[in-house]
Order: sequence, then C-alpha cells, then structure tokens
Amino acid sequence: MTVLLVALGAAVGAPLRYLTDRYFQARYGPGFPWGTLVVNVTGSLLLGLLLGLPLDPGLVALLGTGFCGTLTTYSTFSWETLTLARRGEIGAALGYPLLSITAGMGAALLGGALAPLVS
Amino acid sequence: MNLDVDRRALVAVAAGGVLGAVARYGISVAWPGTPWATWVVNISGCFLIGVLYTAVDRRLPRLFLGTGVLGGYTTFSTATVQVAEAGLGYLAATLIGTLLAAWAGSALASAVRR
Repeated sequence: MTVLLVALGAAVGAPLRYLTDRYFQARYGPGFPWGTLVVNVTGSLLLGLLLGLPLDPGLVALLGTGFCGTLTTYSTFSWETLTLARRGEIGAALGYPLLSITAGMGAALLGGALAPLVS
Repeated sequence: MNLDVDRRALVAVAAGGVLGAVARYGISVAWPGTPWATWVVNISGCFLIGVLYTAVDRRLPRLFLGTGVLGGYTTFSTATVQVAEAGLGYLAATLIGTLLAAWAGSALASAVRR
C-alpha cells in the first residue's frame, strides 16, 4: 500500500520538476541550471516542514518520499555541475553546488522551524 | 513562452519517475534506519546518469531514463535533511561522491563508445 502512495507522489513530482526546468530554460536560457536549483530548494523546504509535522506515515510516504523525493534530484544536479566544469565555467561550477547546498540546508531548517507554526 | 513540452515527454518523465522513486523506496525499506541508504542511491544514480548522458543521444530515452528514472531515484531533499542527523561529513561524502560517480560513469561510457 505504501508503495502506491510513493508512486502517486512521484507521478506528480517528476513531471513538475521537468516542467520547472523547461520553464526556467525557456525564460533564462540553458546557461545556468536555475530550474534544478529551484526544485531542489523548494523540495527541501517542503520536506523539512513535513518532517516537523505530526503526520500519518502514509502522508509522509506520499508527500515526502514520493513527491519531495522525486521533485528533487541529485543525478541531474551532479551532471549539471560536471557540465559547467567541463565547459570551463569554473565560477558557475563552484557557485552552483555551493548555492544549492546552502540554500537547500537553509530551506530545510526553515521548513522545520515553520512546522510548529503550521500544526 | 514555448516550453517545448509534449505529452509523450511528460508521460515518459512521469512513468520513469515512478519507477525510480519505487526503487529508492525499496532500498530504504531493505536498509532502514540509516542515511547511508540514501547515499548509496545517490552515488549509484549519479554514476548511471554519467553513463546514460554520455552513451545515449536520443531525446525520449534520455527523458525517460535520465529525467524520469534516475531523477526520481536520486533525491536532493532527503540527502539535505539527513545532514542534520548525519553531519557535515555526510554532506561532503554525498557531494564529492556524486560528482566523482557522474564523472566516472561518463568516462566509462566514452571509453566504451570510442
């Protein structure tokens, strides 16, 4: 049963990540991976919030493991970092992971801090 | 604004994402209670995306397997919240490990392709 909730969350999270990436590429071009940065930070905020709430395990599987887990991605993130480095864009190749990780950690902590206010 | 998104691409990404997420969930069930399950998922997924994006040029397989399966299999949010319990060593092991894995997968695929 839990696996179906994970699958359902993923069925929404994956296309939403793809559409976000397409949107930011259409708007700002393929130079910097803004789309992945946005989904990774947003997903970290949401997961930080979810884990701070007294939720039913099924809801954690649906929204946390399924939706947030699939909305965010490490494989695309690492590939984009590698691509920036290979293009010789050293500033972006260092700045992108630094920004993703600091903003992602900050967002997860913020989500956790917001949880008591929501529940 | 033209996002260049068609229905086939969305279906490929969604179906792949479900497969990847279920695989990630299966590993977390098989190996519970440790952030290193997520580490293994992220390292293996980054190695495979290096192989895939170097070996395969066609759009739909890249969307299904890359954006979909591997994008759904690996996760940034879980890795990020786990740093709080596992510490900065976990963060470094994930970041450096995934970059090395993506590079190694790509190097392997280009060596085989040549």
